[in-house]
Amino acid sequence: MPNRLTTEIADLHLRNPTILAAGILGLTTATLQEAIKQGAGAVTTKSISLKPRQGYANPAIVQIDNHSLLNAMGLPNPGAKHFAKEIKELKRQRLHAPIIASVFGFTLDEFTHAAEILSKAGADAIELNISCPHVKKTGSEIGQNPNLVSKVVKQVKNTIKKPIIVKLTPNVADITEIATAAAKAGANAITATNTIRAMAIDIETHQPILANKIGGLSGQAVKPIAVRCVYEIYETVNVPIIGCGGITTWQDAVEFMLAGASAIQIGTAIASEGLGIFKSISKGIDAYLRNKNFRSVKEIIGQAHRH
Amino acid sequence: MDKHTATSKMRTVKLTSVTLETPTVKSFTFNDKLCSKAKPGQFIMIWIPRIDEIPMSLSTLDPKRSRAAVTVEKIGEATSALHKMKTGDTIGVRGPFGNGYTLENAGKIMIVGGGTGLASLMPLTEKLAKGKTEITFLMGAKTKSNILFYTRVRKLLTRVKGQLVVTTEDGTFGQKGMVTTRAEELLKQGEQFDMIYACGPEKMMQKMFLLTERFHVPFEASLERFMRCAIGICGTCVIGRYRVCKDGPVFSSRQLREAKNEFGHWRRGFDGRKTTV
Repeated sequence: MPNRLTTEIADLHLRNPTILAAGILGLTTATLQEAIKQGAGAVTTKSISLKPRQGYANPAIVQIDNHSLLNAMGLPNPGAKHFAKEIKELKRQRLHAPIIASVFGFTLDEFTHAAEILSKAGADAIELNISCPHVKKTGSEIGQNPNLVSKVVKQVKNTIKKPIIVKLTPNVADITEIATAAAKAGANAITATNTIRAMAIDIETHQPILANKIGGLSGQAVKPIAVRCVYEIYETVNVPIIGCGGITTWQDAVEFMLAGASAIQIGTAIASEGLGIFKSISKGIDAYLRNKNFRSVKEIIGQAHRH
Repeated sequence: MDKHTATSKMRTVKLTSVTLETPTVKSFTFNDKLCSKAKPGQFIMIWIPRIDEIPMSLSTLDPKRSRAAVTVEKIGEATSALHKMKTGDTIGVRGPFGNGYTLENAGKIMIVGGGTGLASLMPLTEKLAKGKTEITFLMGAKTKSNILFYTRVRKLLTRVKGQLVVTTEDGTFGQKGMVTTRAEELLKQGEQFDMIYACGPEKMMQKMFLLTERFHVPFEASLERFMRCAIGICGTCVIGRYRVCKDGPVFSSRQLREAKNEFGHWRRGFDGRKTTV
């Protein structure tokens, strides 16, 4: 069988275009290894900061209709130094999928320092989380400001040699402005998008359900918004895009690629579909390519822009 | 609404009764169709408004009356707040989650419970007592006043061929010592079992696991870990490659063998770092 699914993004070689999204499992060697064994073309770790964080109290997640989730985990993670051990152990397994370390910080130095530690530990690329919608002084507070985006990307880019992926927030008036800032600062790829700021209130007790009250919406409900973001970014900058937002079926994945994504990330759908989703989406894309006489998945990237 | 969404969505329910089981343990009963139809060993997430959301095993499953209950020890902030609640107060529930125990319809079975671990073993024993089983039930407690569900188990065991053995660490009731010591004695005497189930403190379950390995008896234990999402994506409750909320909470001998460097030794904190069990 010719391998139609192999692809490259930001100098990373992927056996298929499906990637485990940041924040999903990804806290330990064993779970990342399991995602790869079950078919992920690459894996992204949970977002890691310089210092450990407990995250918010529960409830940290609310199930919304239409296979969508609201979450405010609060970026829990063991800190870069501790997590470096998990990455080193994962690298020793010699798995056939790149490891992308998601990184965030509360200062420029925290970003670069954490990225440096994880890069040294063996991460194949760094994804900058400048788009978490529910933690103050980081995340989307950076990702909504083109000057800050530029500063963070430039500084990390100057410090480490590995490819830099920038994950954008959809909570902006014009995502192309942010994408342009990231591209000009040297981003090797852009992930679009992170979750959308949202909340849920219990009508019986009149209370916001999340302990943090406000969180981020993911899953099928956000998909059309993320597809639009990918489409607009593809028209504006010449940097490969990783599509992310509600991908649950192979048709969703193909839609993102037609909008301009070179690869796609899967997160929320793992709750309902399990880790087998990487294989089933790869299979579906492969059959689609075969039926449409495409020799490679790369041929469909951005096809919607011809119309 | 599909099954995944219906199960995972939170429902607010009113407590229909609150029962004091021991000086530190209460059972909270409520009406919820999905919870009442859970499999023995499954768990739910309980929302205590304004305070926290915590995982709890279901201790009563009554699908005919759409009724379910959880049995909770007063330990921290969330459980103390729950203990202050009365009949008519509102909590949130989502679930049931996880796999539940494998049910044996026949044969000779040992059930080992310690502390509030007995909660998840109650619906299991109720199901097993309906079949052609012979049940040896070992119940462990620190002291007499801590013994949980004694009359409930005794009543259940009248339906089948069974025996109930109670151990207390201070000898104030039943046999003095650890429940695992009694289990070891039974196995050493050459009693054959088709399955052993355990739920309780992790060190106890680990001891039981090692015993069942030594005596070649199939084993299942219900594990406890810090939890957040309960739907298999946040990664808080992982043990090895398994997610306790989705692949567990009940684990088989084969899975425990695979996770033996973690099981009984350490767990992950909310920040993902290791802490001793």
